[in-house]
Amino acid sequence: MKKLALDDAILLKIEKPARYIGNEINAVCKDKSQIDIRFCMCFPDLYEIGMSHLGIQILYDMFNRRGDVWCERVYSPWVDLDRILREQRIPLFALESQDPVKDFDFLGITLQYEMCYTNVLQILDLSQIPLLAKERGEEDPIVIGGGPCACNPEPLADFFDLFYIGEGETSYDALLDLYKEHRENGGGRTAFLEKAAGIPGIYVPSLYEITYHPDGTIASVEPKSPQVPRKVQRQVVSDLSDTVYPQKPLVPFIKVTQDRVVLEIQRGCIRGCRFCQAGMLYRPTRERDLEMLEHAAHRMLESTGHEEISLSSLSSSDYSRLPELAAYLMEHFRDQGVNISLPSLRIDAFSLDVMSKIQDVRKSSITFAPEAGSQRLRDVINKGLTEEVILEGAGAAFEGGWNKVKLYFMLGLPTETEEDEKHIAWLADKIARRYYEIPKDQRNGKCQITVSTSFFVPKPFTPFQWARMCTREEFLDKAHTVNMEIKDQLNRKSIKYNWHEADVTVLEGVFARGDRRLSRLLLRAYEKGCLFDSWTESFDNKRWMEAFEETETDLLFYTTRSRGKEEIFPWDFVDSGVTKKFLYQEWEKAQKEIITPNCRQTCQGCGAGRYGTGICFSHESAKEG
Amino acid sequence: MKIRIKFRKYGEMKFIGHLDMMRYFQKAMRRAGIDICYSEGFSPHMIMSFASPLGVGLTSDGEYLDIEVGETFSSKESMERLNQVMAQGVEVVSFRRIPDGKASNAMALLAAADYEIRFREGMEPKTGWEKAFDDFCAQSRIPVIKKTKKGERELDIRPLLYRAERRDNCIYLQLAAGSADNLKPELVMEAFGVYAEMTLPEYALLIHRLELYTDLGTEGARKLVALEELGEVL
Repeated sequence: MKKLALDDAILLKIEKPARYIGNEINAVCKDKSQIDIRFCMCFPDLYEIGMSHLGIQILYDMFNRRGDVWCERVYSPWVDLDRILREQRIPLFALESQDPVKDFDFLGITLQYEMCYTNVLQILDLSQIPLLAKERGEEDPIVIGGGPCACNPEPLADFFDLFYIGEGETSYDALLDLYKEHRENGGGRTAFLEKAAGIPGIYVPSLYEITYHPDGTIASVEPKSPQVPRKVQRQVVSDLSDTVYPQKPLVPFIKVTQDRVVLEIQRGCIRGCRFCQAGMLYRPTRERDLEMLEHAAHRMLESTGHEEISLSSLSSSDYSRLPELAAYLMEHFRDQGVNISLPSLRIDAFSLDVMSKIQDVRKSSITFAPEAGSQRLRDVINKGLTEEVILEGAGAAFEGGWNKVKLYFMLGLPTETEEDEKHIAWLADKIARRYYEIPKDQRNGKCQITVSTSFFVPKPFTPFQWARMCTREEFLDKAHTVNMEIKDQLNRKSIKYNWHEADVTVLEGVFARGDRRLSRLLLRAYEKGCLFDSWTESFDNKRWMEAFEETETDLLFYTTRSRGKEEIFPWDFVDSGVTKKFLYQEWEKAQKEIITPNCRQTCQGCGAGRYGTGICFSHESAKEG
Repeated sequence: MKIRIKFRKYGEMKFIGHLDMMRYFQKAMRRAGIDICYSEGFSPHMIMSFASPLGVGLTSDGEYLDIEVGETFSSKESMERLNQVMAQGVEVVSFRRIPDGKASNAMALLAAADYEIRFREGMEPKTGWEKAFDDFCAQSRIPVIKKTKKGERELDIRPLLYRAERRDNCIYLQLAAGSADNLKPELVMEAFGVYAEMTLPEYALLIHRLELYTDLGTEGARKLVALEELGEVL
C-alpha cells in the first residue's frame, strides 16, 4: 500500500475519506523516475462534482498517453479537511501519488463557472503556492487555467501564469514539449512564459498592460513586447472523430453526480440562442462519427462497468445520426442491464418513442426549456421554440402516459416586461389544461408541472454581452410577479414554482464580465473566508459585500451598466472565431425582435467558418457541390 | 446457479464504506464479464448480497458476497478475471458454487466472526493491560450499557463472546455475528476499557476481520464452519 498523505486519524474523522485516497479504477500511476513532466489537474470544487466532469477525463487520458508526462488530479477539500490542512500545515496533495501539489511542474485548473473562483485561491493556498503569480519562484509549479470561463480570464489574471483559451485537445502537446526543452536547456520561469505566449491559444496575462478611461472602462490593452500576440486564437478541434477520447474513464468509489459513461456526441450548437455562451463559443458545430461513438461506448462500458450511458451535447436532437445511435445503444446494451439516458432532447414523436423504450413513463418527466414565457421574448433571445410546438409535444407526451413536465425559464432578459413574465404562468397553465383535456378515465391522476426560473446573466462572447443586468431587487420582483400570477391560474394546484438565488447570480454577473481589477476583490473575499460559493450552505453574501466595500469595487459598474458599441471589453483580446461585428448585429436584431435562422438552415457568417470545419465546412462543400 | 465469493479488503480500501463496496462489486462484475443474473422489473438490479457489512476503517481477510449467475467459468478463471479488474486493496480469494435456495444465503447463515485487534503504534494501553485483559475475559458476566431508542439498558455480552485470547502483539476475538445476535469488536474493547479503568485514545485500535462462519452444530453445541466451506470449487 502506498503511503497516504493523510493519516488514519484524519481520514476517519472527516466526511467521505474516499474523496482523498485516490486508487480509483482506471486511475493512472507511473514510475516517477521515468517521468519528465508532472501535471496536476484540478477541478476546483468538491470531488463528487469534479469527478463528474468529462473535460478532465479527456485531458487526463490525453496527458497520460504521453510517456514523459504523469497527470494526476486534485479537487477542493471540503471545509472539514480544509480546516485540518491549515491547522496542521499539511500541503495539499495529488490523489494518485499523494505527493504535494507544490512539487509538480504544472497545476492546471479548470474554470467551469464563476462561483468557483474563491476555490481556486483555496487550492493555491492549501498547496502552499503563492497566490499571486508574480510572487512565484522557480520552485513553484506553472499555474495554468482553462475551460469555458477562461474565455474571459481577466478577473483571475493575477493568480495564473498562463491561460489556455479554447479546446484542450490541440495545443497542450506543444506547450509540454516547449516546457521540457526549455527546462533541459536550463531556462527559467519568466523566459518560459514569454516563449509560451507564442503558442496558439496560450495567454500570459502578465505580458499585457491595461489602461483605463476615467469612467473605469478600458482604454487600451497592449502587449508588453512585440513577440507577444495582440490576439489569442481560441483553440478548436477540427476533427472530433479523429482525436483523443478516453477509453478507460475513472470510476470513483463513492457516488458522484455523473456516475455513468458519458459519450460526447457533438460539440457546439446550431441554434444560436442569443443568451447562450456555449452556443456561441463552441462554434462551429462538429459531430462525431457514428462508428467512433459506437466503438467508444463499448470500450468505456467494458472498462468501467458502469450501468448507465449518457449522451452529452448542447442539443442532442440536432445530432444528425441520433436515431441510428439510439437504436444501436438500445440493441447492444439494453439487455445487459445498461440504462441509456438522452438528455437535452427536443420533445417530438421520435424522442417520445425512444424515451418510452428506455424509461419508466410513470416515473419520468419530460422537459422543455422555452427560456422565455412569451413568443415576443423568445424571438428576442432567438429561442426557436414556439408555444404550438410545446403544446403539441406535451400533448403527445400526455397521450403517451406521462404526467410530469418540467419547464425552464430565465428572468431578467433584455427588453423583458411584466407581461412577458406573466406569460410564464399562462404557458404553464395552458400545458395543464392540455392535460385535463384527456378524459379522466384515460389519464394518470393529476399532472405535475414544475416551473423553474433562473436569473439571466449576460456573458462574454454572446450578443447580450452589451446588455444591462438586473439588480438583486429587480430579479426578486420578477420572481414574485411569476409566483403571484401562477397562484392566479386555474390549474395552480398542478403547478410548482422554484426560483434561483439572486445574490449568487449577481456575483456571477460581476465576474462573468469582469476585468483584472477584480483580482483584488476576489483575494479580499477569500481572505475574509468566502469559499464554496456555489454551495448555498457556505455562500456568505455579507462577506462578499464587505469585500466590495473594502476594495472600493463598484458592483453596479459590472452589472447594471449597459455597454456601448465602441467599448473595449476585457475579453476582446481573445479571437473566438465569432466576430464582435456579428455579435453586435445579433444584439441589434434582438432589440428589433428579429430571429436568426440556425446554422443548418443558412449560414449567418458569424466568423467561425474560418476554422473550416463542422457545419461551416458542410455549407462550403454544399456550395461547391 | 449460486456462487459465493470470498475476498480480502485492506490498505486504502478500508476507507470505502459498505454501500460503496456494493456498488464497487456491481461494476467489477461487469468489467470481469461475469454472467450475473438480474432481478425482474423495469429497473433490474444484480442479484448480489453481502454476508455482513464491514465498518469503515476495518480491514478483512474474510469478506463474503453471494451472487446468482447464468453460465460461469471455472473457479480459477473467474477469480483471475475478477482479480484483473480489482482496485489495489481488494483481492478475491475464493469463488465457489453453493446450493440454490434462499436458505443458503451467507447473510442468513452467518453465526460468528473472528477478529484480530492491534493497537496503533504509540497508542498502546498502560503497562499491565495484559493481566487485566485475561481477568476481563475470565468473568462470568460482562455487562455493558446499550443505548437504544427507548433509553439505556444493560446487556450481558459474555454469552456472545465465544473466544477471547491474547496472541503475540494482538487480541483475538471470536464473536457472535448475524441477524440474531451480533457483537461488534469495538463494543468488547470498550467494555474492556471500562473494566480496566483506562481510556484508549480515539482510533487507537486496528481491527482486522479474519473469517466469517456459519454454525453447523446442533442443540447448543457450536460447530463453526467458514462460509466458503459450504461451497464447491468449480
